[in-house]
Amino acid sequence: MIRAQVLCCGGTGCSSSGSAKIQAAFQSEIEKQGLTEEVKVVQTGCFGLCALGPVVIIYPDGTFYSKIKPENVPEIVSEHLLKGRPVERLVYKEGAEVKADENGEIHVSLSDTTFYKSQQRIALRNCGVINPESIDEYIAMDGYRALGKALTEMTPDQVIETVLASGLRGRGGAGFPTGMKWKFASGNRGNVQKYVCCNADEGDPGAFMDRSVLEGDPHAVVEAMAIAGYAIGADQGYVYVRAEYPIAVKRLQIAIDQAKEYGLLGKNIFGTGFNFDLGIRLGAGAFVCGEETALMTSIEGKRGEPRPRPPFPAIKGLFESPTILNNVETYANIPQIILKGAEWFSSIGTEKSKGTKVFALGGKIKNTGLVEVPMGTTLRHIIEEIGGGIPNGKKFKAAQTGGPSGGCIPASLIDTQIDYDNLLAIGSMMGSGGLIVMDEDNCMVDIARFFLDFTVDESCGKCTPCRVGTRRLLEILDKIISGNGEMEDLDRLEELSNYIKSASLCGLGQTAPNPVLSTLRYFRDEYIAHIVDKKCPAGVCKKLIRYEIDPEKCIGCGMCAKNCPASTIVRTDYTAPGHKLASMKIEQANCVKCGACMNNCKFHAITKG
Amino acid sequence: MKSLAELAEIRERMKSKVVLREGGNEIRVVVGMATCGIAAGARPVLNAFVEGVNRESLTDKVTVTQTGCIGICQYEPVVEVFQAGKEKVTYVEMTAEKAEKVLQEHIKGGRVVEEYTITHAKKA
Repeated sequence: MIRAQVLCCGGTGCSSSGSAKIQAAFQSEIEKQGLTEEVKVVQTGCFGLCALGPVVIIYPDGTFYSKIKPENVPEIVSEHLLKGRPVERLVYKEGAEVKADENGEIHVSLSDTTFYKSQQRIALRNCGVINPESIDEYIAMDGYRALGKALTEMTPDQVIETVLASGLRGRGGAGFPTGMKWKFASGNRGNVQKYVCCNADEGDPGAFMDRSVLEGDPHAVVEAMAIAGYAIGADQGYVYVRAEYPIAVKRLQIAIDQAKEYGLLGKNIFGTGFNFDLGIRLGAGAFVCGEETALMTSIEGKRGEPRPRPPFPAIKGLFESPTILNNVETYANIPQIILKGAEWFSSIGTEKSKGTKVFALGGKIKNTGLVEVPMGTTLRHIIEEIGGGIPNGKKFKAAQTGGPSGGCIPASLIDTQIDYDNLLAIGSMMGSGGLIVMDEDNCMVDIARFFLDFTVDESCGKCTPCRVGTRRLLEILDKIISGNGEMEDLDRLEELSNYIKSASLCGLGQTAPNPVLSTLRYFRDEYIAHIVDKKCPAGVCKKLIRYEIDPEKCIGCGMCAKNCPASTIVRTDYTAPGHKLASMKIEQANCVKCGACMNNCKFHAITKG
Repeated sequence: MKSLAELAEIRERMKSKVVLREGGNEIRVVVGMATCGIAAGARPVLNAFVEGVNRESLTDKVTVTQTGCIGICQYEPVVEVFQAGKEKVTYVEMTAEKAEKVLQEHIKGGRVVEEYTITHAKKA
């Protein structure tokens, strides 16, 4: 009889930090110590704390081990699993109130840590809890009950009413009410072919919430799509997922196969006469295919390019049929809404943004990983409490939300409550939920350039404003960071950005100037410093920085010259008073601004300016 | 899947396998599993509790875990039962058979098996 379970994270983050080895080590050590009948090893999806991977959680106590190495495994098995003493030095306990139990032993459960305490998990509720490759475990966690309820107790219209009343809005970025989308596509049920699609073409740099849901709880998406099919009267669904997500694709395929085997997909589900089938279509990594019309064109087997709307997909979508398309995270909320009701869901969040949102924390933050918080949580809470703050004692400068379509939120707005409307009002957008944190070492002009460089690459080229306009924007930015900018360039940037926004064909172009506009709005002084002073205040833009050696501080050890890849540091004939060797000097003409000299100078004689 | 009943059947069957991960049960049975406890035979006791709790479908009420040395090695195997709002009960010199009796009378029935407790052993 199993008395304890070892949950090993098998998400992409932990897989790349070696979780497969850890899992194998547990398996063999448990066998070696004769505990196979008592302890079970389970592979799960992402726990969220990717920065601390590989992570392992041991139940029933819920002890959370981080950064496990294979050599730690025998100790954990013999101490914790056999003798019941958690190996305390390997337990993650940041922020948890450490209490000794009745016997003076310290137990820290994952749910006590700051990282998890203020999270509320709806979309991620099963991630890191169940084995995503086992339909039985999903069913044990109330899986497919929502589908059963919808098919046997609700009419399709009631399903749509429930989703409408819940206030759920699209989690892919734009925040369109999900129920409304379903309603538009619900006419003429049974008489026309319709489709249900899932957008899993998560392309924003730094965003990985959809991948984590597919890896950690794929059945939730399968179940929700079947519910959507029932609601609008469709019998076929497609999940469009990036081929770059191999683990997600594999687990989703397993989930679909299992659901078919159990009769939860296919003909006559639950004996109600409702038929629904699901297929996977792989994307080849084009960012534009995350746009709904381009995604559908790609599923049809054509080149992934957007087309003008209207007609909207609810009227004329995939194969010219009425189609609904929702994002992975949106679907992951649906079964819970059907089971617990619209009122429960709408009690969470703010007035116009209901429920929770998953954010992928990245950049200059301690706890990089995945968090799910109620809408309306402040940026400060996410960054300082859950995220653990900025590492190395640096100062928070800005947060970037919404990827290449979003904008930067400056430190002065850190108390903004995050929801769809507040983010739009301050010139950013929710986007899919990437949240990149920046500190004082980030140059905002460089950040704007980074995102623009991405959209220029990813523009499909079909419409001129996006294809040509974004390239011109990038050229102006390049001019500024190389020290050749003029003040008039700022007006040109703004003017051109507004043209691109209003004239582009699809969401990609319409939002591409956002990173430029929002940095111009909040960090105009940095642009001016680049243009007027020819300086990069953060010391990032290479053409505007200069390394200098202070001859009075330099002891002439030569470490800088030894580490210089451009061999551009030479000895002078000046010896400072009190030093034995002549000081060194950088020949600026050949300097590549790599900073290796400064990093290797133990005497702080080199400055960057 | 022919019916909702079939789904419910799988759910019930699987529930006990994942319920360990939910925690927060009202009763905690803690078995001392330090070297002394294991030497005195704590493992069969632990397994008896785990099996009993599953057999009696008490997994959503009772959590069975182990702990280290409590410091009364001469009384091992030691089992402690914690219940919210009630005093801790310490059972000593346990065996698998005694575990079954504790499960039936104390855990299920709510009556402490006095003869196995440490207070009883100290008096004797």
